[in-house]
Amino acid sequence: MTIDTKLSRRGFIVKSISLLSTVYFIPDIITSAQAAKPLNEEVNSDTKWAMSIDVDKCAKGCTACVDACVEENGLYGFDRPETDSQWIRKLTIKDIKTDKVKVVPMLCQHCENPPCCDVCPTGASFRRVDGIVMVNQHTCIGCRYCMMACPFKARSFVHENLTEQVTTAPRGKGCVESCNFCVNRIDHGIPTTACEEACMKEGHKAISFGDLSDPNSRVSQALKTKQNRRLRADLSLKQRVTYSNI
Amino acid sequence: MEKIIFKKFQIESKTFWMMFFGLGFVILIGYLCSHYMETEGHYVTGMNNQIVWGLPHIFAVLLIVIASGVLNIASISSVFDKKLYKPLAPLSALLAMAFLISGLAILVLDLGRPDRLIVAMTTYNFKSIFAWNIFLYSGFAGILAIYIWTMLDRNVNKFSRPAGIFAFTWRIVLTTGTGSIFGFLISREAYGTAILAPLFIIMSLLYGTVVYFLIVKAINYFQKTLFSEEILQNLRKLTLLFLFANLYFLILYHVTNLYISKHLEFEKFILLNGGVYTIAFWVGQVVIGLILPLYILFRDENKSESSLMSATLLILVGSFLAMYVIIIAGQAYPLKMFTNYEILESSFYDNVIHTYIPTIWELGLGLGGVALSLIIVLIGIANLDFLPTVIKSPEAKKAVGSDS
Repeated sequence: MTIDTKLSRRGFIVKSISLLSTVYFIPDIITSAQAAKPLNEEVNSDTKWAMSIDVDKCAKGCTACVDACVEENGLYGFDRPETDSQWIRKLTIKDIKTDKVKVVPMLCQHCENPPCCDVCPTGASFRRVDGIVMVNQHTCIGCRYCMMACPFKARSFVHENLTEQVTTAPRGKGCVESCNFCVNRIDHGIPTTACEEACMKEGHKAISFGDLSDPNSRVSQALKTKQNRRLRADLSLKQRVTYSNI
Repeated sequence: MEKIIFKKFQIESKTFWMMFFGLGFVILIGYLCSHYMETEGHYVTGMNNQIVWGLPHIFAVLLIVIASGVLNIASISSVFDKKLYKPLAPLSALLAMAFLISGLAILVLDLGRPDRLIVAMTTYNFKSIFAWNIFLYSGFAGILAIYIWTMLDRNVNKFSRPAGIFAFTWRIVLTTGTGSIFGFLISREAYGTAILAPLFIIMSLLYGTVVYFLIVKAINYFQKTLFSEEILQNLRKLTLLFLFANLYFLILYHVTNLYISKHLEFEKFILLNGGVYTIAFWVGQVVIGLILPLYILFRDENKSESSLMSATLLILVGSFLAMYVIIIAGQAYPLKMFTNYEILESSFYDNVIHTYIPTIWELGLGLGGVALSLIIVLIGIANLDFLPTVIKSPEAKKAVGSDS
């Protein structure tokens, strides 16, 4: 029996294409197999990201959440506090009736009925079906109407040229920005925000983040144990950020 | 027998070019200012994360409001069929177009990303009154162009009435849209009330009428156009009427706010203890802008032109300060984020009355916008037959006829 080792023209073409396509596709297949699962999935409304803040646990003088946010999103400033961006800030507040002083972190409240998205002419301000309110940095024209509309002053306008942005948080001069619940982390399968992580590291555990539809998530547990309130409930914005002990 | 014909602006060539280059220079300065703001970023302006809309918006909103109101003269002619005003209608429409374009130019050049204008023109969120306004403003410019065409071209003259009625309806909706930019903002105590829409309409009628008078007077300085005593007296009556209506809606707006208990603190701020904002309201918007002009017009029994001119100038100063109060003071008052708590400390100025000091760049952009509107008018009247002129003798009529 003789083995025909002669390669026909058709055989050569077929084998070459098979080899090339294998070389071409395999790296892609391997990369996507290695990537975190959520990136391959579309965002859906089964997930409901939310945050609960226990004001009594928030420590005076502690800025761990603010520092972590600055680091995570590359929010370095120009030492011009009136124009520098702030995605999360600490407020000192006093109870009008009892004079009791508390500190409270203030950030985008991720409303279910967000006024910023309502007024945005291009739809650059948008709310994902999982509840994250964020700005599309490619279609924001910098009109600042959303800043006029936000009842919590949660948004900042980038007032000057930026050069050292982090790749995980695209930012640019002339656009509006705000807290996006560390969307880059979430989409890479890390279900915690930088501020929550920092607050836990400090041992305060004032911030609880997670998926409302998961009864075991930290936020669901926090909501079960303490009564939470929305700020400016009279506006019926249905914020996903709620506060307890306030 | 008197006959009215429309003529181009008869002005010495030297004077025209002096005006053209003078206005062109201011426009260039305005553009350079906006370019500097765009390349450096808005930190070079007086605007910040607290006062997000500043002097450019005062200029822009005022010009757009005037654009709507200045069409009043044409509307009286076309919609209400008053023959007396017919000769004045084309100029009225030209002014509307000029002020609209310049107001929009300022708005666009103040954007954080003016280079993304194409995004604003192609990507819409129809829940936003801003997106509606993009259609309302560009649509108004188109309608005005058609309206002017129907008035100036005899062949299509029969369509001028329907075009005028359409333009009138459109501009009422347009000014409602401009007022609603503020009226739909629920978060700020100064805004969030539907009364702002009719207030803006009545402001537009007042400011538009006096601006029309001022521009015609300026043109008359160089060339005698049709501006009879009857029209002058009618403009005076209209100004008086609009002053009263303005005062009424302003009172209504503040009384409404006083009744809304959560707006009470803001009302105290504007009416009593807001410092520069309270002064701007009482001295600027109320006394200079409304009371003094009313007093001057009432007091002058001779009903002279000079009293109308004084009232006009005061109304214009008042209009600027009215916009300052609406736009700046509305933002200066801090947001009320907590119902039972008072904010003691914040790194983001949450607990203070915000201050706003505009920079030269913003002023340059605003004045550049005003110059743009004037140069459009100048080019328009110098090249097209906008100006009505009374021809008394047949000889003169013949002479002018051969000119045109």
